[in-house]
Amino acid sequence: MAIIIDENTNVIVQGATGNQGKFHTRQMLAYGTKVVGGISPGKGGQELDGLKIYDTVSAAVEDQRVDASCLFIPAPFARDAAFEAIEAGVKVVVVITEHIPLHDEMEIVNFARQKGTTVIGPNTFGIVSSGKCKVGIPPNQFFIPGPVGIVARSGTLTYEIVGNLTASGIGQSTVLGLGGDRVVGMSFVDALEKFDKDPYTKAVVLVGEIGGNQEEEASEFIKKMAKPVVAYIAGKSAPPGKRMGHAGAIIERGKGTFEGKVKALKEAGASIAALPFEVPSLIRERIDLA
Amino acid sequence: MKLFEYMGKDLFSRYGVDVPRGRMVSTPEEAVSAAKEIGGEVVVKSQILSGKRGKGGGILFASTPKQAGEAASKILGGTVQGLVVESVLVEEKIKIDKELYLAITIDGSAKKPVLIASASGGMDIEEVPEENIVKYHIDVFHGLQAYAAREISRRMGLAGGIGKEFNRLLLLLYKVFKEKEAELVEINPLVISGDRLIAADAKVTIDDEALFRQKDVPHVEERTEAEQKAHAIGLSYVQLDGNIAVMANGAGITMGTLDIIQHYGGKAANFLDAGGGTGKEGTAMALEILLSRKPRVILINIFGGITRCDDVANALVQVKNERDIPVPVIIRLVGTNEELGVKILQENGFEAYKMMHEAAAKAVELAR
Repeated sequence: MAIIIDENTNVIVQGATGNQGKFHTRQMLAYGTKVVGGISPGKGGQELDGLKIYDTVSAAVEDQRVDASCLFIPAPFARDAAFEAIEAGVKVVVVITEHIPLHDEMEIVNFARQKGTTVIGPNTFGIVSSGKCKVGIPPNQFFIPGPVGIVARSGTLTYEIVGNLTASGIGQSTVLGLGGDRVVGMSFVDALEKFDKDPYTKAVVLVGEIGGNQEEEASEFIKKMAKPVVAYIAGKSAPPGKRMGHAGAIIERGKGTFEGKVKALKEAGASIAALPFEVPSLIRERIDLA
Repeated sequence: MKLFEYMGKDLFSRYGVDVPRGRMVSTPEEAVSAAKEIGGEVVVKSQILSGKRGKGGGILFASTPKQAGEAASKILGGTVQGLVVESVLVEEKIKIDKELYLAITIDGSAKKPVLIASASGGMDIEEVPEENIVKYHIDVFHGLQAYAAREISRRMGLAGGIGKEFNRLLLLLYKVFKEKEAELVEINPLVISGDRLIAADAKVTIDDEALFRQKDVPHVEERTEAEQKAHAIGLSYVQLDGNIAVMANGAGITMGTLDIIQHYGGKAANFLDAGGGTGKEGTAMALEILLSRKPRVILINIFGGITRCDDVANALVQVKNERDIPVPVIIRLVGTNEELGVKILQENGFEAYKMMHEAAAKAVELAR
């Protein structure tokens, strides 16, 4: 088991014939993801390494079952592409694209809610159910199957933590990137709910960062969870008022501070890793890995 | 991108929002003539991208044009809240019957625009008790409807002519927010002056990512020169005040690297996210930016996914061959093509670390 995607998930790639799209479609196929088609307006009927290319998402959906779409579409056109997938009835839409305007992001997320679609991202590395399916861009070699679910706002930091876990022999059920922007489709709470219900996941690692109040909201949910949570929060040393790369990673008017988040998580019963490499030993403290 | 107050007011007034009569000037002489033109008592307000100007001595009152000139010369060229004042806004002093607060911003957890209004204006909204604040989430597709504006006015306790003015203002402000793709439009204070409702201040932040299609908003540069240079080549760079220059690939891991430096008692000189997939050229340019800050030591932390370790190693060697690197370079290099990258580094006299905290500890030790 895993959350959101598994070995039966049929995936299409919007923007599959572009530079990034082509590279990552091949990487996903190499990982074992069931990529069943690519979308590239004007190139319908062509093939990419034997993969069918369609003009529109609807054309793909009429031809076969599509469970998820992965978007490699430049920011100015990402809203349109996401709407296309949502309207066509695709239930999981993974928006890799960064730099999408905020007002477009709000529209994507609200339209998805109306249609009952799960949006992952924007500005995410995607989602990996280890050994089963990868929809997104993380390097293939770091993931091994196992009992730990991971949910994060940031990409490379997640790779760092996955790398540490894998090196110490602890595998991952699903690794989910929420996205680094102020408005994204899923929250920590959404992900924690799913992990708590997933029989294969035994513990969850939450990788947060300064800014916003998502970690505080997550803390309220963690109190009710059956499974243990280990958290790492980045941005302890960040000065207020400076955006640390991610649009969401900013301390404004004393809100979204490292101290506030750590306090809330601790009170909820989460173990706090001061540094990323402490995560594996904290996991071992919380669950029996025999 | 934050707009200066005078730009925000100009934008508001183009949408029909009532703002005080005034003019932006950059010399005391101009301030005198602006005050003459306006007539009567005026306010001279420093134009900086920060709030709390009043407490910082950045807002002065003048009853004659001569006084306005003196006020301007006092403020111009000085600093308010740590920022250099290059221009002032001279405007009519308005009679204040009551001060309100009004803003529209984006609520990240509701994923919708939220309108925030309060009858306690003039102070930081964070200090206003929750029960004195009216919040209304706006449907992103339907926008702010007239009935919603009436309901907000009712909850604010505004009736009669001012109530009608307030309704009208809410709709106008949402129009500005939506059409200009703002992250924030804020009026604090919003002043009731007789039968007028006047925006006595204007704080507008336009979404940076929307600037490519927001052609007619004025351009404001808040970044330092080095930050601009990095931005131009697609790197995310923030200047800090320590002596360990940092480069990593990805916002989260860069933040994590700064935290580890602090954990070991060091201070980072910057945040530099070279991003995923930055090639040889980008890496070399990033190094140049780091060197220009004259740090004690450089710490490079790469967990290569899309980024290839051999590209990073080659870039480092390239810079070393082209110019003198006067400070030690500590590099942590793992991930895609790791062995090749490490071999290149070793052949060229660099040491590569495997663990991020070991590299950080070494950098802190060398910076002492």
